[in-house]
Amino acid sequence: MSKRIVKVYPIFERLWHWMQMALIVILLLTGFSLNGQLGLVPFGPAVVFHTLAAGLLLMLWIFATFWLFTTGTWKQFIPRIEGMIETARFYALGVFRGEKHPYRKLYLRKHNPLQAATYFGLKWVIFPVIWVSGLFYLTYTLWEGGESAGVWIVVVANIHVLAGYVVACFVVVHVYLLTVGQGFRHHVRPMLTGYEEVDLTTEQEAYLEANEPDRLKPRGVPAQ
Amino acid sequence: MKRFAGIARAVGLALALATTGAWAESAGDTPRPPAAPPPIPVSSTADHAEFEALKRAFASGPEVTEACLSCHNEADDQLAHSLHFKWDYESTSGQTLGKSNVINAFCGNVASNEPRCTSCHAGYGWDDMSTAPAEMEVQPDCLVCHDRSGQYTKTATGAGHPPLDPVKPGTKTITGAPAWAVDLSKAAQSVGMPGRDNCGNCHFYGGGGDNVKHGDLSSVLYAPSEEVDVHMSPEGENFTCSTCHVEEDHNWAGSRYDVDMSIPEEAQEPGAHRVTATCESCHSEQPHPLEVASGPVFIRNLKLNDHTDKLACQSCHIPEFARGGVPTKTLWDWSTAGQMNAEGKPYSEDNWTSSTGKAMHTYMSTKGNFEYGEDVVPHYAWFNGSITYTLGDETIDPTRTVEINRLGGEAGDGVSRIWPFKRMEGRQGYDVNLNRLTYSNVWGPGTDTAFWTNFDWGNSIEAGMAAAGAEYSGEFDFVDTYMYWPITHMVAPAEDAVECAECHAEDGRMADLAGIYLPGSDPNGLTGIIGKAILTLVLLGVIGHGLLRVLGRKSKEG
Repeated sequence: MSKRIVKVYPIFERLWHWMQMALIVILLLTGFSLNGQLGLVPFGPAVVFHTLAAGLLLMLWIFATFWLFTTGTWKQFIPRIEGMIETARFYALGVFRGEKHPYRKLYLRKHNPLQAATYFGLKWVIFPVIWVSGLFYLTYTLWEGGESAGVWIVVVANIHVLAGYVVACFVVVHVYLLTVGQGFRHHVRPMLTGYEEVDLTTEQEAYLEANEPDRLKPRGVPAQ
Repeated sequence: MKRFAGIARAVGLALALATTGAWAESAGDTPRPPAAPPPIPVSSTADHAEFEALKRAFASGPEVTEACLSCHNEADDQLAHSLHFKWDYESTSGQTLGKSNVINAFCGNVASNEPRCTSCHAGYGWDDMSTAPAEMEVQPDCLVCHDRSGQYTKTATGAGHPPLDPVKPGTKTITGAPAWAVDLSKAAQSVGMPGRDNCGNCHFYGGGGDNVKHGDLSSVLYAPSEEVDVHMSPEGENFTCSTCHVEEDHNWAGSRYDVDMSIPEEAQEPGAHRVTATCESCHSEQPHPLEVASGPVFIRNLKLNDHTDKLACQSCHIPEFARGGVPTKTLWDWSTAGQMNAEGKPYSEDNWTSSTGKAMHTYMSTKGNFEYGEDVVPHYAWFNGSITYTLGDETIDPTRTVEINRLGGEAGDGVSRIWPFKRMEGRQGYDVNLNRLTYSNVWGPGTDTAFWTNFDWGNSIEAGMAAAGAEYSGEFDFVDTYMYWPITHMVAPAEDAVECAECHAEDGRMADLAGIYLPGSDPNGLTGIIGKAILTLVLLGVIGHGLLRVLGRKSKEG
């Protein structure tokens, strides 16, 4: 085991993250504007930009899904029980005592167990719910002739709005957690530069030195 | 072309001034006719000024009609079968409607008030509602629709006849202007297809004055700005009424009794042969174009097109009615009529001023109390195009507001859309024992029954009921009424259409309308409360967690 500065977030993943962030912010602002919670954007433009942003995000996710499966990165998002208790205990108690985060970032495991579980829930529950409800909402005129369509549109709309609130909650917690541990800048930097210090096994290090030297920074260089 | 438009505008302005009576105040004692109306974009192969049959003096309106029929020998038969002449209409609902049958929330009824009401009849001398005009051999009036000299008119109380030389002092025209002597020869030689003025001289003044009745048909439409009516403005398309209300055999498309909701034919160019007068006749069911360059406009138009299943075009594109400076009557309370002033004389009060500074009657001994509105936001309701009336033989429930006419349709029936209406509030007579609306005799100088002369409701109603051939118990009172007028004119330019948030908001325009889900209208419903509660808890949790971290760090340092 040795600590090396490795490019853990390739360029596509970083672009994916930040474009996703921008689109989700637009979707939240326009969504809560047209829902009547925020007066930021008038209803008409809010609908237009909400729809446009949703379309772009959908396209981005098609690319991302393709990328996740072709590169094997999807494995990063599979949750596991191991380490979950320690991580939960850390956030509930240890963090107040200034303990170190129990999770050590590994090359093949970018996310701590809680993170992985959260992303798993987000990707497999919240996002599908918001997508499916959103698409049904958007295409109401195609199915309005169906039985009880007048009731279903209310159900669809309310599910969509509720899922939107959950996404807003995720954003709040996500941003807050960036301040935990070594601090905001430390957590954000890898998503900008791609590089982060991780523990590599001897084999991993040898593999990267031999096959992907670009992903490794020379020893002793700070991860800027 | 530009020069033509300039002339048209100048003439239009002159006409607008003339019809608002601005000229009359400076014209001395002799009333003068208005200037010729602006030219309308039609072509003709005949110049009627050259026809020998018309190069003569005419002693009466019917004489002119005879001359017209010497060539147009089917015209009288066609007109005799039209609603403009019959005032009698078999509705698809099975009711017999038309002006000769219905009771409204304005002057009430035609029967017993004929020569006043039939001053706007498309014929000469119909003075008895109980006999059809064809049976009375009433001669059609060609000039009222086809005069293009602008100086043809009818006297306000002459059963359709024009004021001729010598005009009795004090005579008024159907638009309420001091009457001038009509030159029938000049009128006959000027004939052409109807302009806005021909239709407007009657239809703009329904209910006894400018825009009293419809709300969306006022003298402003003689020469409207584009802001008031994007189609009819001489600055723009310069549509006449019949550009939309197409005609076949002197029958016009467009009915307030059986409203065409959409066109079964394909969308067509203006003026193409068709039989309906709907927006979709020209604009199609997908009126917002998708062949646009930018993504946002495409999405906007796509979403706007999604609205046509539930909304009539008019609901968004006529943001308010009674625009352009002429108010409409919104309330008429007959029950207060008949009060006299200290000298025992009938009087009036003018406590409402229009945006152009015109003082409006708010009380008249003859008519009771009035309220007005300008730039009025419509009343919205589901509507399938069918209107039924509370006719004189129907039983009403006087404990509730009686609907003089009822709008057919409801949410979810697959046909109805949300339409804008002027909802007229009234208070008018009814038979307290039979629970039916009453007819009344209001006009009739020299009679001892007409209310406007004698101020006696008992006599007035008795005479009205007798003229209408209706059963009457002899006891009356007054009941609150609503009357609905579909709003379909005064279409605003696209940029002035109703903003999304006028409806997509809490307490928006459609707040009272059942049967529709409006995104954005319920931000504080159950979902909104749950969502905000979750978000608040998360925020509090995060803040609490952060505070504990800070405290923990401090205690460690301490």
